[in-house]
Amino acid sequence: MASPEDLTGGNGPLYAARKGVYPKKVDGPFRRFKWAIMFVTLTIYYGTPWIRWDRGPYAPDQAVLVDLAHRRFFMFQIEIWPHEFYYVAGLLIMAGIGLFLVTSAVGRAWCGYACPQTVWTDLFQHVDRLIDGDRNAQIRLANSPWTLEKLAKRAIKYGIYLVVAFWTGGAWIMYFADAPTLTADFWTGQAAPVAYGTVAVLTATTFIFGGFMREQVCVYMCPWPRIQTAMMDEKSLLVTYKDWRGEPRGSTKKAQARPGAFGDCIDCNQCVAVCPTGIDIREGPQIGCITCALCIDACDGVMKQVGRPRGLIDYCTLDDAAVEKAGGVAQTVRKTLLRPRTLIYFGVWVAIGAAMLFSLGQRTRLDLAVQHERSPLYVQLSDGHIRNNYTLKVRNMEARPRRVAIAVDGLAEARLWTEAGTRERASQHIEIALAPDSVTRVKLFVAAPGAGPERQDFTIAVRGLDGDPRGDSDIIQFDRPETAP
Amino acid sequence: MVDRKRIDEATGTSTVGHEWDGIEELDTPMPRWWIWTFYATIVWALGYVILYPAWPMIHGATQGVLGWSSRAELSAELRADAARRAPVTSAIATTAIADLPAKPELMQAAVQGGGAAFRVHCVQCHGAGGAGLKKLYPSLTDDDWLWGGDLASIQYTITNGIRNPDHAETRTSQMPAFGRDGILDASQIADVVSYVRAISGQEKAGAASTRGAAIFEANCSVCHGPGGQGGRAVGAPKLTDAIWLYGGDRDSLTAAINQPRNGVMPRWNNRLDPATIKMLSAYVYSLGGGEKAPLAAATPEGQGADGQP
Repeated sequence: MASPEDLTGGNGPLYAARKGVYPKKVDGPFRRFKWAIMFVTLTIYYGTPWIRWDRGPYAPDQAVLVDLAHRRFFMFQIEIWPHEFYYVAGLLIMAGIGLFLVTSAVGRAWCGYACPQTVWTDLFQHVDRLIDGDRNAQIRLANSPWTLEKLAKRAIKYGIYLVVAFWTGGAWIMYFADAPTLTADFWTGQAAPVAYGTVAVLTATTFIFGGFMREQVCVYMCPWPRIQTAMMDEKSLLVTYKDWRGEPRGSTKKAQARPGAFGDCIDCNQCVAVCPTGIDIREGPQIGCITCALCIDACDGVMKQVGRPRGLIDYCTLDDAAVEKAGGVAQTVRKTLLRPRTLIYFGVWVAIGAAMLFSLGQRTRLDLAVQHERSPLYVQLSDGHIRNNYTLKVRNMEARPRRVAIAVDGLAEARLWTEAGTRERASQHIEIALAPDSVTRVKLFVAAPGAGPERQDFTIAVRGLDGDPRGDSDIIQFDRPETAP
Repeated sequence: MVDRKRIDEATGTSTVGHEWDGIEELDTPMPRWWIWTFYATIVWALGYVILYPAWPMIHGATQGVLGWSSRAELSAELRADAARRAPVTSAIATTAIADLPAKPELMQAAVQGGGAAFRVHCVQCHGAGGAGLKKLYPSLTDDDWLWGGDLASIQYTITNGIRNPDHAETRTSQMPAFGRDGILDASQIADVVSYVRAISGQEKAGAASTRGAAIFEANCSVCHGPGGQGGRAVGAPKLTDAIWLYGGDRDSLTAAINQPRNGVMPRWNNRLDPATIKMLSAYVYSLGGGEKAPLAAATPEGQGADGQP
C-alpha cells in the first residue's frame, strides 16, 4: 500500500484548470434544427408570461401564472388550487417518463437540444463568435496579452452576457405576478424584495453557468448524464464515430499515394473543433457528449468536399454499429424507435396524460370539508335537544360569486343555523353566498333531539343554487351524551 | 510504492498507486472552479462570524458587529404585528359592544382576538371551547345563562366577576344553606327536590312534589322565580330546563339545597384592558348561546335598575 504522503504527492496536480472550449461555427441540418429549438424554447420562456387570457373580473388575466401569494396556479383555462397539487405532481411524473421515453429512443436528445444549460450555453457561444470572431480568433485572443483591444472586447462581451443573464432572470419572476404590473413596479423600486433577490440570483447563475461554467455543469454537476447512462441500451441512438469505416485515419494526399491503406477519416479535426463541450467523438461514447450532433454536420460537410459518402459520424445504435461493422445493413430508424420499450414508455406517458385530462374535465368546482368541533363534542340545550358544532370550509373554485345551499341528511329532526342566525330561525337547510375564487368558513350549529344513539353518522351536503346543481358532501358524526345509567 | 502509479490508458489520468483486487483508483484532479467555490464559502464564513453572533464564550457568545439577536428580532416582529393590528383594536375599543354584531368584519376580528385571549385566561376553568366542567364550571356554549347571555351582560360579568369579595360592582348573590343552617328539615328538602324534578320533567308529579311546591313558593321563588323560571338579576338558575351545572339527580339536588356552591369567578378589569374584555365577550357570545339584548337594555346607560345589565 502507498503511504499517505504518496497519495498527496505524485505526478498530477491536485486541481485542474478548465481547458478552453472554442467551438467553431458550423452549418448543416442539425445546426439548423438546433437554431429552431433555441428559437422556440427561448420564445416560450421569455414570451409566455405576456400572453393574456380573459377569465372575467374575479381572476387574473395572465395565461400562465403561479400566484404563490394567493396559492393559485393558472394555466390557460385550467386553474389549480393547492389541494389539487397532484396535477402538478402528475405533470412532473409525465416529464420524468417523457425523459425516459426520449432517452430510450433517441439518447441524450434533451441534453443536446432542449436543456436550458445547452440552450443558454449555445446562446453565449454565439455571443463569443459575434464579439471575438470564430474559433481561431477566439483562441488567439485568449492567449494574447491584455491589450486595450482585448480589454474592450472582453468588456463588451461580458456586458452582453450580463444583459442576457439579466433578461433571463427578469423573465423568471414574470411567471409569479402580473407581468406588466411587475415590470413597472420593478423599475420604479416598488416590487417585493424577493423579486429583486430572485432576479439577482438568476442573473448571477445565468452569467456564471452560461458564460463560464458551460460544459463543466454537464460533466461535473448534472446528475442527468449519469442517470441516462444507466437508461440507455444497445438500441438507443448515440452520436457514433464509425471507426470501422474511418480508421486508420489519413489525409487525402496520403490516401492518393497509397489507395486502400486508409479509412474515410481524413483526420481534419473538424468534429473536435465544432464540439461545444470540447470532446473528441472519435474516442467513443463519453459523458461529455451531449449528442448535439454538430460534429455530424461538420463531418458531413467535409465528406462532401472530399467526395466521400456522408455519415462517417452519425446517429447510430450500438446494435446497428455491430451489424454495420460485420458488413450488414442497419435497421431503419423507424424500426429502432418503434420497439416495445419505447412503446411502453409512450403508453404510460399517454395514459397518465389522458387520466389527468379526464379528471380535470370531471372535477367539481364546489368543494366541502367538514370538521366536527371536538371541544365540546356536544352541547346540552335547555329544551333537552343536543347541539353539535361543525366548521365547514366551502371552496368556491370558480371565478364568480355563487349561492349555495347546505343541507343535512340522515339525522332526524335536525335543525341548522349559523353564527349569523339563531336557533329560533333554524331550518333544515340554509343558504349562503360564496365570494368568487375563495374559501368560505361557516360555523354550523346542528341541533337534534336528545334521544338517539350516542354516536351517529350523517351527511352534510352543499350544492349550487345557480344553475349548476353539482356539489359535494361529507359524512360526519353527531355525538350525544352517554345515556345515564 | 510510488512505482505502482501508472497512467490509465482509457482516461490518460494517473492512478493513485494502490489496488484492491484489480480495482484501481484514478487520481483525477479536482476542477479548479470547485476550489474557488470552497474559498468563497470560507470568505462567507469569515464575514458571518464578524457580523453575527458566532463564537461561544464562557458567558454567552460573541455579539457580532450587527448586534443581531433572535430575541430582538422577535420583539421587533411582535411590535410590528401590534402596529398592524392597531387599527382593528382601536376600532373595537371605540365601538359600543351592542353595535358589534352590526359590523360583521369587526365582530369577526373581535371573535378571533377574544378566542386568543380566552385560550390564555379562561380555559383553565371553562375549558377549551368553553364547554365548562361538569359540577364545577358552567358551559358557555349552551343556551342557558345564569347572569344573561347578551353581549352587554357577558361583558359586565367578565369585567366585574362573580362574588368577588374585593369589588363593589361584582355580580353577587347568596343562596342560603337551607339544610346546614336548619331552615328546612330533611323531609322538606326531599319534597322540594321532588318538586324541582317534577317541573324539569324528570319525575312525575305526586304527593311529595305537591308538598314541595308550597315550600318552594315560600322559600325559593324569591330568587328562582315562580315555578322555577330562574332569576338572572341574582344569577339564580332556571330549574325547569335540561341543563344542570351541579347535577339534576336527587343526590346532587339535595346536596345543592343543603349546602349551595355559590360559584366564584374573578373579575378581569384589573388584569385585562377593556378592548380585550370586549373581544372576549364577543367570543363567548359567538360560542352558540349568544342572546339578543333584552329590551331593558335600551335604557340610556344600557343598564338595569341595579346598575347591572
